[in-house]
Amino acid sequence: MAVQVLKDRNPGKLTTVTLGATKEQGGTRTKTITVGGDACLPFLHFEGEIPNRPVIAMEVFDRAPVEWNDELKNALGDVINDPAAWAKKCVEEWGADMIFLRLQSADPELGNSSPEKCVQTVKSVLAAVGVPVAVVGCKIDEIDNKVISAVAEACAGENLLLGFATQDNYNTIVAACMVHKHTVIAQSPLDINICKQLNILITEMGIPADRIIIDPSIGGLGYGIEYSYSIGERGRLGALQGDKMLSMPTIGTVGFEAWKAKEANVSAEEFPGWGDQAERGILWEAITASTLIQSGMSIAVMRHPEAVKLVKKNIEELMVPSSL
Amino acid sequence: MALTGLDIFKLLPKKNCKECGQATCLAFAMALAGAKTSLDKCPYVSEAAKETLGGAAAPPIKLIKVGKGEKEREIGDEVVIFRHDKTFYHPTCLAIRVSDKLSGAELDAKVEKLNGLVFERVGQKVSIDLIAVQNDSGNADTFANTVKTVAAKGNYALVLISENTDAMAKALEAVGDTNPLVYAATEANYEKMAELAKKYNCPLAVRGNGLEATAALVEKVAAIYKELVIDVGTRNLSQALAEITQTRRLSIKKKFRPFGYPVIAFTTADNPRDEVVQASVYIAKFASIVVLNADEKSQIIPLTAQRINLFTDPQKPSQVEPKVHEIGAVTKDSPVYCTTNFSLTYYTVEGEISASKIPSYIIACPTDGTSVLTAWASGKFTGEKIAEFLKTCGIEDKVDHRNIVIPGYVAVIKGTLEEKSGWKVMVGPGEASGLPAFAKSHFA
Repeated sequence: MAVQVLKDRNPGKLTTVTLGATKEQGGTRTKTITVGGDACLPFLHFEGEIPNRPVIAMEVFDRAPVEWNDELKNALGDVINDPAAWAKKCVEEWGADMIFLRLQSADPELGNSSPEKCVQTVKSVLAAVGVPVAVVGCKIDEIDNKVISAVAEACAGENLLLGFATQDNYNTIVAACMVHKHTVIAQSPLDINICKQLNILITEMGIPADRIIIDPSIGGLGYGIEYSYSIGERGRLGALQGDKMLSMPTIGTVGFEAWKAKEANVSAEEFPGWGDQAERGILWEAITASTLIQSGMSIAVMRHPEAVKLVKKNIEELMVPSSL
Repeated sequence: MALTGLDIFKLLPKKNCKECGQATCLAFAMALAGAKTSLDKCPYVSEAAKETLGGAAAPPIKLIKVGKGEKEREIGDEVVIFRHDKTFYHPTCLAIRVSDKLSGAELDAKVEKLNGLVFERVGQKVSIDLIAVQNDSGNADTFANTVKTVAAKGNYALVLISENTDAMAKALEAVGDTNPLVYAATEANYEKMAELAKKYNCPLAVRGNGLEATAALVEKVAAIYKELVIDVGTRNLSQALAEITQTRRLSIKKKFRPFGYPVIAFTTADNPRDEVVQASVYIAKFASIVVLNADEKSQIIPLTAQRINLFTDPQKPSQVEPKVHEIGAVTKDSPVYCTTNFSLTYYTVEGEISASKIPSYIIACPTDGTSVLTAWASGKFTGEKIAEFLKTCGIEDKVDHRNIVIPGYVAVIKGTLEEKSGWKVMVGPGEASGLPAFAKSHFA
């Protein structure tokens, strides 16, 4: 019996989104990043074009993340005290495609930084690296609305990736992105219906679809990753079927979720049955990323340089064209 | 070609005897069409009908067993391409490679190490599944001796890796009664390999070279013996992903027989970390066995977690054990929180509580894996139910105080819970993200 290869004919594809803007485009980035455009399921090159590979954004805090475990902090080194130096090292030494900056210190409990101070931090990171930058707040809506608006205005034209627009709080940030030419992260709580609904709401405000990145929320390895995996697959299938409101590329805060897991944090002395802590943590983050990339994630936000290295290599291997 | 339920119904005895477990022959026919039951459940089906239906009613991917008794693993018998369409049934087996160049104390130490790759996860014991002994020595007797030792001392079933039929014959003589996977029949040796596998009634892997060659070889082998596992022979990760995906699609969507068997895949990276990442791709994308060299606990535990997660039935909410969970170094004065036993809810709460750095108890109440509001609405997370669980879960012996924090969304149950349990109830925040601040202001 001859093999008759099954190729799905997909009427739709992922929206193509470019992040960052060069001088000619009104920003100061030396390079931009384009994600999306995939016309097939993840890495099935034989079935459709994959014009852009998934990328890795490395996560930088605007305050020293003292609460992170020592293995992770040591891997990053002293730069965790200086967001600009941290970002620079991510790009130059560890090969980050872009930077994901969390303005955590805006939280009254974590520094109570003013919007002006936050803007300064963003500017310093932009000055330190040439790659596109994502900026998110401290997850307190009232504060983030002020902080992100200030950042959007001060960095007008940079085409930052700004977050988070949520179902309960999207007006201010979407408006700021539209006015000052940035891209917005639309975040939904592990729910594909809310994901779609939010995209409808914010595109109705007038922001074009190619200025939206979906954050479907993710669960980490061992802690609900299967929900994210299936939402990722359903979202991609929807996009391939032509549903424009599910077609934006997705971002996942892999490092944030992976490093929450007990398995990534407890020592081998405490849990001898789980083996070396450093190795375990790195692989916990890497497998969280590789699994979600298999379900269609376009931007993985990561923390550990070694995990980043592994996932970059994985992506490279998977981007080798296949043919059937 | 797949038959419809009505096609199948025409061939059934139409006695409506219910002995197959279905209400009527029509219901049975429909179940057969959906691959939800098997034809052998019908005691009255005619031989002629069996002949016709055999092919159509067989599961799209054959169930294959490797090993015996405690060590047995079942693979294959999958019915969907996407887990959200139903579920993935038989978790990918992790097989760790052992060279037959190891002997004596070295071999014992290796087997001992692999025996230690067992973890406790969400109340279940998980481990690697197979030891793949590879005939690197090229010597038949060495191979046979090694597999004999590994079978005796190892806690897992075996994969026997050799293309040399003499070596395989000797190995099977030694361990054929343990139902190892014979790897592999190739274009060059398939007649002898198939005869050997048949003689010992062991599953046989067939290694081709790309889709066409693999399908052709499987057909030739299947004419001799049908307990098979497929290796498409491709090692480049991207191409292997494409080909293995095709075997899954063609078996499930087209019932293409040559691909109707579970698939075995091999990592190729020269270091364990990259191997583990490659293995994660094969676990997600349809391999029933992944063979790798990585053998450290820290390297295997992420793969076992990924496998459990992806092979969880999406229609059954994943649950944590309903009990008192201790977070940090708790004392008799530590605060007590309660939530439901839906794993996502529970782990979100647990994450925030441990972030608060205040040792605490979390009572995961038995709500059948539903979230806070759903559980409350369906009467599983009411004042009465929580009060009942407070008495039986053992928390009353663990703490001296009687204060409990409930989720903000069910503030309404405060009165009943206090009345029924005698505990003092504090209403916590609505979202788990508010817990660190809440803990800080009340318990720091």
